[in-house]
Amino acid sequence: MSSPDAGLLVALVGNPNTGKSTLFNALTGLRQRVGNYPGVTVSRKSGTCDLGDGQKVELVDLPGLYSLAAASPDEQVVIDALSGNIAGDRRPDAVVMVVDATNLLRNLFLASQVAELGLPLVLVLNQADVAKEQGLRIDTELLSRRLGGVPVILTSAWKGEGIPEVRRGLAEALSRRTPMKRVVWPTDIAGALADVAQAASTDTGKAISAADAQRLLFDTNASTAERLGWTLERREKPVRSARERVRNSGYNPMAAEPLVHYAQLRVALDGVVAEGLGKAGRTAAVDRLLLHRVLGPVLFLGIMLGFFASVFWLAKFPMDWIQLGVDWTKGVVAPPLEPYPMLQSLVADGILGGVGAFLVFLPQILILFLFIGILEDSGYMARAAFIMDRLFSWCGLNGKSFVPMLSGFACAIPSLLSTRTIEDPKARLATAFVVPFMSCSARFPIYALMCAAFIGPLYGPGWESLVMVGMHCVGLVFAVPTAFVLTRLVLKVKPQPFVLELPRYQMPKPRDVVWRMWQNAAEFVSKAGTVIFAITIIVWALSYFPRDASVAERIRAEHPTESAEKVKARVQAAYVEQSYMGRFGKAIQPAFDPLGFDWKITVGVLASFPAREVIVSTLGVTYSVGEGAEADSQDLRKAMQDAKWTEGPRTGSPIFSLAAVLALMVFFALCSQCGPTIATLAQETGGWKWAAGSFVYMTTLAWIVSMAVYQFVIRLT
Amino acid sequence: MTPLSQLLPGQFGKLASLNPERGVDQRLMALGLLPGMVLKLIRKAPLGDPLAIEFCGQVVSLRLAEAENLIVDVSADCPIQRPRQP
Repeated sequence: MSSPDAGLLVALVGNPNTGKSTLFNALTGLRQRVGNYPGVTVSRKSGTCDLGDGQKVELVDLPGLYSLAAASPDEQVVIDALSGNIAGDRRPDAVVMVVDATNLLRNLFLASQVAELGLPLVLVLNQADVAKEQGLRIDTELLSRRLGGVPVILTSAWKGEGIPEVRRGLAEALSRRTPMKRVVWPTDIAGALADVAQAASTDTGKAISAADAQRLLFDTNASTAERLGWTLERREKPVRSARERVRNSGYNPMAAEPLVHYAQLRVALDGVVAEGLGKAGRTAAVDRLLLHRVLGPVLFLGIMLGFFASVFWLAKFPMDWIQLGVDWTKGVVAPPLEPYPMLQSLVADGILGGVGAFLVFLPQILILFLFIGILEDSGYMARAAFIMDRLFSWCGLNGKSFVPMLSGFACAIPSLLSTRTIEDPKARLATAFVVPFMSCSARFPIYALMCAAFIGPLYGPGWESLVMVGMHCVGLVFAVPTAFVLTRLVLKVKPQPFVLELPRYQMPKPRDVVWRMWQNAAEFVSKAGTVIFAITIIVWALSYFPRDASVAERIRAEHPTESAEKVKARVQAAYVEQSYMGRFGKAIQPAFDPLGFDWKITVGVLASFPAREVIVSTLGVTYSVGEGAEADSQDLRKAMQDAKWTEGPRTGSPIFSLAAVLALMVFFALCSQCGPTIATLAQETGGWKWAAGSFVYMTTLAWIVSMAVYQFVIRLT
Repeated sequence: MTPLSQLLPGQFGKLASLNPERGVDQRLMALGLLPGMVLKLIRKAPLGDPLAIEFCGQVVSLRLAEAENLIVDVSADCPIQRPRQP
């Protein structure tokens, strides 16, 4: 990572809900770079911060956290970043510590832990406007003296107040290099820390910092020891005896750290905050309504339905425009390429089709992230998790799984990106794994086609809508047990306790919400986009080649009396039939025979693996209706209703029997047929392992359930 | 001495003991919930679980099962320091 000018790196650290991101945006003015920390799905946001005197530093926005005792990947990243243990990243030269001015004690605990790293520090008391409203007066000079002379600055990042002062304070901290006053450990704890540091240093041959020694002594997890290469057998005895020493002095070694820090912070804060007359916040009153036993869930459902409907319906228009744009471009680009059919097909069906396939998701992603940003920044997301937690906790998920799962009914891709709001890595992974089961909007065309062509005409509109609703539930029915099994038996990650702050309600700042929405979209396009594009080109090539001109001539000779258009459709169908995809489809049709699929459906299923909505247009081609068939195409319905088996034991009976129709829909409800989802899943779970697992699991499950449906229904009818 | 999970909404209690070996309790301690601290059960979620408790001027949610192991003293002269509503 290159950094500007002097090459100074400054870390922005703070509790969640302190307005840290708002401050970051204010300090960097949106000159930001977004990347990922190596090996984990924690995004690294950094930007250039002008210190006001022409000096520029690189500011990196570390994830919000409450304590340095690393429990989650986010927290581990903060510790590693602050101690300079991240590959390709330097140790920061200073820390900007953001704290909530209305709750200094709780926030200063983290500051006090960070002080142990000995870095120059600026203390920013953000949300000063709210503190003032509450009647709190904070003596920043006294606080600065008590904390060893570090700059203490009152800001309201939301209103843009105090930002120049932060720049000046940071310049001051960097030149004077004042660290924050460190905690004074009681003699025996100090002794125990020295013992641990000594033993670790002897065993590993490395210099052990004070902060490392504290993590080794106080934390139950072993991440610090592992980083230092201090093996369990070597560290077990010295750590145990050091903890024993702490215990003998009257402190539980697991509680000593917060006890000592908090006790000394109380002393440091004595007389710093004067409580005057102020307005009580509205949060408690709003919560009485939004978390009310009856009204709470009703309002929650209303908000979520509104949210879902917006993602679904608002996105429709821009999605249609993108589709129109792609079609229009095809119309412009294709005709001049008429003399070169291969190039024409590559550009029109391969390249433009591929670009269109992922661009079409952009509106949903943007709108979903707009809403998630509003829900998070306002403080309602935590309440939603609070209301829903009970429904999710029994199967190993938590309340925060709700929003990703709901939005999965629109599109799995933005939902997968939104699983980042779940702190618990286990619940996050399980949620990401079950999100693709939700019946996304791309499944709608095949349900619509099958219901309109078969269920409706045979059983009436009542059954038609019932099957429609049922199909939307199939995925959910299998998702819940999947999550249960996954979290109980498969995932070995230690679950995080579901301790969730219900923060103060706040008006979201439009700039922050829009900016984050944009960053997420850009990340999706650059990462998933390339994979989707590649898959689309491959599938195009498989269904285009080989293309022998004699096939077209033979069809024309066989059907001399038919109209040009009909012949063209027949030629297309014949080409697909003898393409690699067609041959492969025919070859593996026996595998789909127990599901009642003929080779034409099989080819459709295969071609739909990159994007399931392709099934309708592929059936259009294989049933020689012509390209561009839609779910409401009368010709396609007719062709399918008339289709009969021409060989095998079922010769003469209709291909699309009730059993086959249901089996086909169930197959599409469960099968992993979406390149973008797989690509995003790999990106969000930090590797292809889970993506491959999801693909194999969903596809196998789809085959089994679909086969069971076919075999069951065929015996009934 | 009562488990926190048995407090009624609106009731105050003084934290008597927690188990520092547990992850949940470590989280709560980092948030400032230490023995001797006064807390208040604000409400239960509409389905009865989790709970919302208030201490140190903040509202925090935790699950019923996890609140069972936090022992509070409801007879202590609470509220000594009335937690401020954020």
